[in-house]
Amino acid sequence: MATDAVIVKRSAGRRLAGFFNGRPRLQIGSLLAAPMAWLVILYLGSLVVLLITAFWTVDPLSGSVIKELSWQNFEELVNVPVYREIVWRTVRTAALVTITDALIAFPIAFYMAKVAGRKTKAALVVAVLMPLWASYLVKIIAWRAILAEHGVLNWALEPIGLHGPGTGVASVWLVMSYLWLPYMILPIFAGLERIPDSLIAASEDLGAHPFTTFRKVILPLSFPAVVAGSIFTFSLTLGDYLAPKLVSNEQFIGTSIFDSITNNQPFAAAFALVPIVVVIAYLGVARKLGAFEHV
Amino acid sequence: MRGQKGSPARTAWFVVAGLVAFMLVLAGCGGGGSTTGTTGGEGGGGGEELQKLGKGEGEVNLISWAGYVEPEWVKPFEAKSGCKVNDKVAGTSDEMVKLMETGQYDGVSASGNATARLWAAHEVAPVNVALIPNYKTVFPDLKGQVYNTFEGKPYGIPHGRGANLLMWNKNDVKPPPSSWEVTLDPKVAAKYSGHISQYDDPMSIAEGALYLMNHEPKLGIEDPYELNEEQFDAAVELMKEQKPNVGEYWSSAEQQIEGFANGSNQVGTTWQYQYFALKGENEPVEASPASQGFLPKEGATGWSDTWMISSHAKHPNCMYMWMNYIISPKANAQVAEYFGEAPAQEKACEETENPNFCSEYHAEEPAFWKRVYYWRTPLAECSEGGETDCMDYNDWVRAWTEIKG
Repeated sequence: MATDAVIVKRSAGRRLAGFFNGRPRLQIGSLLAAPMAWLVILYLGSLVVLLITAFWTVDPLSGSVIKELSWQNFEELVNVPVYREIVWRTVRTAALVTITDALIAFPIAFYMAKVAGRKTKAALVVAVLMPLWASYLVKIIAWRAILAEHGVLNWALEPIGLHGPGTGVASVWLVMSYLWLPYMILPIFAGLERIPDSLIAASEDLGAHPFTTFRKVILPLSFPAVVAGSIFTFSLTLGDYLAPKLVSNEQFIGTSIFDSITNNQPFAAAFALVPIVVVIAYLGVARKLGAFEHV
Repeated sequence: MRGQKGSPARTAWFVVAGLVAFMLVLAGCGGGGSTTGTTGGEGGGGGEELQKLGKGEGEVNLISWAGYVEPEWVKPFEAKSGCKVNDKVAGTSDEMVKLMETGQYDGVSASGNATARLWAAHEVAPVNVALIPNYKTVFPDLKGQVYNTFEGKPYGIPHGRGANLLMWNKNDVKPPPSSWEVTLDPKVAAKYSGHISQYDDPMSIAEGALYLMNHEPKLGIEDPYELNEEQFDAAVELMKEQKPNVGEYWSSAEQQIEGFANGSNQVGTTWQYQYFALKGENEPVEASPASQGFLPKEGATGWSDTWMISSHAKHPNCMYMWMNYIISPKANAQVAEYFGEAPAQEKACEETENPNFCSEYHAEEPAFWKRVYYWRTPLAECSEGGETDCMDYNDWVRAWTEIKG
């Protein structure tokens, strides 16, 4: 009788706490429910919808979606040469941008991590992050002005008899390399910071030439970080459509998807699966190269 | 000191992770497309025409071409009707069709290459012209056309018409061109390689077809929107040859204005809106002279626009008021002069600031418009003889992707 009365008196909150007590899985489950729902429904859910849509087609005249499954979009992607060419052009540009950024980012990151003093280092981190505060659209439009016929680039190149890249693939490469550079610098910087100075000192003590130290000690230890950075530069280039639209007259995967969205959404969905497949393959390779070991 | 070594690295990782999350959110927001749209049912159109004009609903949501919905004539409309105008500018007809499919808009200023598709998709409703008093005095040659009338019912109110212009930078392009060959003949166009500005829309193939109609009579092209396979392939081939010379395929008026202003574009197809905007900035641009009706010698593609009402319109009364207002003599004169097109309203010619405006724009000369080929949705059925061997819009869209390479 007495114990019953005590239970009745307990507040709802206490009862809830009592319910969770001794059930650790339920505790963590309810804690993560909201973020998990966000991840599963918004990201994975939309991917599933995308996958299903890719099998639909549209009515030729009205452009209305016909919700019947068919391979038509995928057949078109594979059989029409222009789409293969667009995919190849995009992947090639993404690879070029990645290599360019790695080559530029490594020395900067090395200086930041190993050479610069504390104040200089802080200033450099801010300097690298600063461009990310500006809208990326504004930066592309600024590049449009730089690359224009009477723009700064042609003005600067004219005295030495050269001409800018105009509106070709090279412009896209240039703009993308600029846009995504910070995403390469930061992981490499973080990776280099992790290498203890003592290892470098030991290599020197053992009589290694600085170049040998770089090749045998620094590069292998920081390589996973370079691969991590390359994931950003590669996949961001692969999916972007604004830069190609605004600085070139060439079609990329992103621009083709954008163009298809207005009159053939199912085809756009099918095309959107291409960069996803490419990135998954790339992540597989990156994993092999150890990019996720310290994440 | 040593102990703190790890923390900046960790901070950097957090920053990177945050950025990735941010990019993903951005990508997520951009990716949310709707897949509405119904099929089925014979014919097209949707909903019933309005029988009686009621009280305004307080607002109206429009989709328009740049320069069609401007404060100068929108403010008086809002004051008089009590309908607040919310306007969304679209860059291409495809975009207009897609926006209409969201069902969030009451009406659209559709060109002839969108009207039939909107009708076939049941997105637009027939218009009861008895409720639009100003319709009576619309130029007769704009009423009852294939692009605004379906199954005998009017599906919109004519807004105005014009030709696509050939525009050039007079410092770079000499002598002044009088033919589309300056952008389409590979030999002539090579001179401006990398600086040609072409509209990024399958309708541009009709420009190639119009050029061939004049320069390759053997192909027997009679209408640039009704092409059999051989004619179509020839036009596509011509546009492919143009590709290496194209500096930019523009898809918004602002993009092209900027391209001409910064000197990257030297010659290409444009609309009156961009031409007058650049003129207003004192840029050295020129277009085919008014004395020739703004037309190069081959004639030109053009448009005849129609205000259509959505079959899902939430503010039908306000939309009817807008349709009547935009073709009222004063407002139609204002929009025609602002944009640089021929008005649809006969009486607008008495209201223009420039008393010669209508004669300069050939508004009252049906014969003139025979050389302007209004944008139209290409259909498999050719109008001549009921043959079905014409290339349809899907073929045009696919070819346009191949042309751009």
